[in-house]
Amino acid sequence: MSTAVADVKDYRGRVHNLSSRIMTDWMTQLKQAAASGSPSAYLMISGNCVEILRCFDILPVFPEINALQLAIRKKSLPYIIKAEEIGYASDNCAYVKADIGFTLSGGVGKDGNIPVPSMIVCNFVGCNVYIKWFEHCAAMFNCPLVMIDVPFVREGDRPCPGDVAYVMSQLYDLIHQCEELTGRKFDIDKLREIMRHSARAEEGWTRCKDLCKRRPAPFDAYFDSINMMGPINALRGTREAADFFDAAVLEYEEMVQRGEGVLPEEKFRIVTEGPPPYPYYRNFRSLFETWGAVAVQSTYSTVGGTWEFGFRHDPDRPLESIAEQMLVHNLCNRTLTERYAQIRRYVEEWDADALVIHSIKSCRLFSAGQGDMREYFTKELGVLTLMVESDLEDPRYYAEAQMKNRIDAFFEALQYKRIRGAAHAAAAKG
Amino acid sequence: MNYDAIVQHCRELLEMLPAQAVARAREKHPDVRGLAVFPVYAPVEIIHAAKLMPVGLFGVGNKLEISHADSRFQSFICSIAKSTLELFLRNETDGIEGVVFSSICDVARNLASLVKRNAPQLLVEYLHLPQNMGNSGSAAYTRAEFERFRTNLAAHIQRPITDASIAASLDVYNKVRHLIRALYARRKEHPGSIPTADLYAVVQAGTRMMPEDYLPILEAFLSEARRRNPRPRDSVHVVLEGAFCEQPPALLIDTIEGAGCQIKDDDLVVGFRWFQEHVGCNGDAMGALAEAYLHCSVYSSVRHDWRHRRTEGLLRRVQDAGAAAVVFTPAKFCEPALLDYVPFVEVLDKNKIPHIKLEFEEKMWTFEASRTEVETFSESMLFE
Repeated sequence: MSTAVADVKDYRGRVHNLSSRIMTDWMTQLKQAAASGSPSAYLMISGNCVEILRCFDILPVFPEINALQLAIRKKSLPYIIKAEEIGYASDNCAYVKADIGFTLSGGVGKDGNIPVPSMIVCNFVGCNVYIKWFEHCAAMFNCPLVMIDVPFVREGDRPCPGDVAYVMSQLYDLIHQCEELTGRKFDIDKLREIMRHSARAEEGWTRCKDLCKRRPAPFDAYFDSINMMGPINALRGTREAADFFDAAVLEYEEMVQRGEGVLPEEKFRIVTEGPPPYPYYRNFRSLFETWGAVAVQSTYSTVGGTWEFGFRHDPDRPLESIAEQMLVHNLCNRTLTERYAQIRRYVEEWDADALVIHSIKSCRLFSAGQGDMREYFTKELGVLTLMVESDLEDPRYYAEAQMKNRIDAFFEALQYKRIRGAAHAAAAKG
Repeated sequence: MNYDAIVQHCRELLEMLPAQAVARAREKHPDVRGLAVFPVYAPVEIIHAAKLMPVGLFGVGNKLEISHADSRFQSFICSIAKSTLELFLRNETDGIEGVVFSSICDVARNLASLVKRNAPQLLVEYLHLPQNMGNSGSAAYTRAEFERFRTNLAAHIQRPITDASIAASLDVYNKVRHLIRALYARRKEHPGSIPTADLYAVVQAGTRMMPEDYLPILEAFLSEARRRNPRPRDSVHVVLEGAFCEQPPALLIDTIEGAGCQIKDDDLVVGFRWFQEHVGCNGDAMGALAEAYLHCSVYSSVRHDWRHRRTEGLLRRVQDAGAAAVVFTPAKFCEPALLDYVPFVEVLDKNKIPHIKLEFEEKMWTFEASRTEVETFSESMLFE
């Protein structure tokens, strides 16, 4: 079970640095746009249609990423409180509150890091809270709101009749709005070129995720996936993002060939469900590392797209494939039971020992009903499952000691089960 | 039946679990079965046209102890989701063919999945109601969604649901909505003629019986209400906002009106009185329902139309009611209501309309704190 130790103990490594570089470039563009007022648009991560904005050189802005960064830099709480002062409830999504509080504090606009959007594209894919969030933003900025109503996948894993046509009809409206905003005509050949970059990045994503089937896994598909989620979701459609994934594949393939894992020793392989507690990202990660636990797959990394199951943006069917991706090929727009099926595949195909559910108060899309998920995996499939609770944005909901107790107890039990299983096997042999 | 007998009858029906209400309906209609409707809106005409009784599924209040659902839903999930799941986990579904949910919030959507997994014998439908009313594809999409519901329901009950039967049901529900609108108008014009707790019971009880049986009750109640001329009392005229899904305990409504407020309009049980005017059929009932959803719906925190903002809807409601204040009554943990509270308050403050917020949950049993808050609020306005 012992594995080779990676040379660079700071395992954030090359892929992290590459990701950081291209994401920083994008953030520099945001800051420049804030000052210059060049066209930009708010967009949601999940099932987004960033390719269309790129086609018009409209800079995409993702309030989720803004909220995430505030949390991971431990700056979210004052903004959350600021939003609560104007009426947001303690029970409301803290992503919304942090972003709104940040905006009210002057973070958006000429003197801030983020441009005032020229328009808001409400692709609320699965998240009803997003509609309210973007309406509030549109009211604050007094800018146009383009609604892209993406019907939820409600019968199995396919769209219902009429869904694709309905989404495409709204994409045409968006294109029309982009034309009005920029004064440019829609160029479908440019869109096809952008989609070729998207498809190359998606292929790279898939190959990286696939390498985590190997023992040891070359990266943590929960904590390290954040390095890939920025490029695949925010920068998708650019040559830089596609090149990034080529480099990431190369890096991880080399690690696999050398037998290097992300940890000195990979003792447990887990699948994680739910977003991480960003205000305590490092602490939370350490609680798993201590036990040699590596996430070989995670649902959170697929909020933007379930690329690992084969979908690619298709330059030959540009708008259809954008609509299909928004509708079907992302985690958020699918039923909870479809998510069970996704996790089951992860456990089986990525050969995991256990499922860890991080239940967060902010996001009911993710969390509502996770007790039933635990019931299903534990009782019906016999997969050992741990469920812990905190929040992805609000540091007030993270209790380190309690979290450590739960995680330690879980891995102790897992370890004991493994030792006992080995002893039984040895006894049976003779 | 006189006024008090009608209210009593309705309260008795509301004391029943949904399956018990279906059993009561079967005393008169032996072949009828129910289809549960989770708030807020569903095209009940299609259900009724299938010869099923649409049964309002507003949680179970204090009628059932939550012993299973707590392990499936976390502590920060609204009580209606938990108690609804409890009902299905306990198989309290005799006489019920299935349940329809719609795209009101993330919790309701996940609840639909859980019910489907844990009650596989039932038809569980999830409607994605449109959130874009202004696109050229919106009407076709909405109609297709209603058609999908019809097809699935017909397949489940193994009999067709004809256009003619939907048109007939639309006619029945038009009459129901017309009478409810008349009751609301009566209360608005003659405050106190119908205490809101009574009106609330009568409107909600309509979701516990066949609409044909409900119509004479509504007619009688309206006639009785028109005969009542209560003495005017000093009170603050208010609009109630925020209880469109989970329904507050009747005692909370009593508390508000007993503590110095007179409710002149509200959004209680709004999904069953969704259309603001008569829905004309013109030979195409399904098309009429789709068009009505897009263009004749009441404003609501679960329906988004940026061209006609909900803040304007609330202001208009306050003005039309001649109300002086707004009482927000969101259910605890209800994201649509709690998020809309912010822009609502902003527009009320701009227009100098006072407001107060009272959160509630199903198993709330003490109302003293609410009474004190409302008394303080109303007295501050009355003696200003």
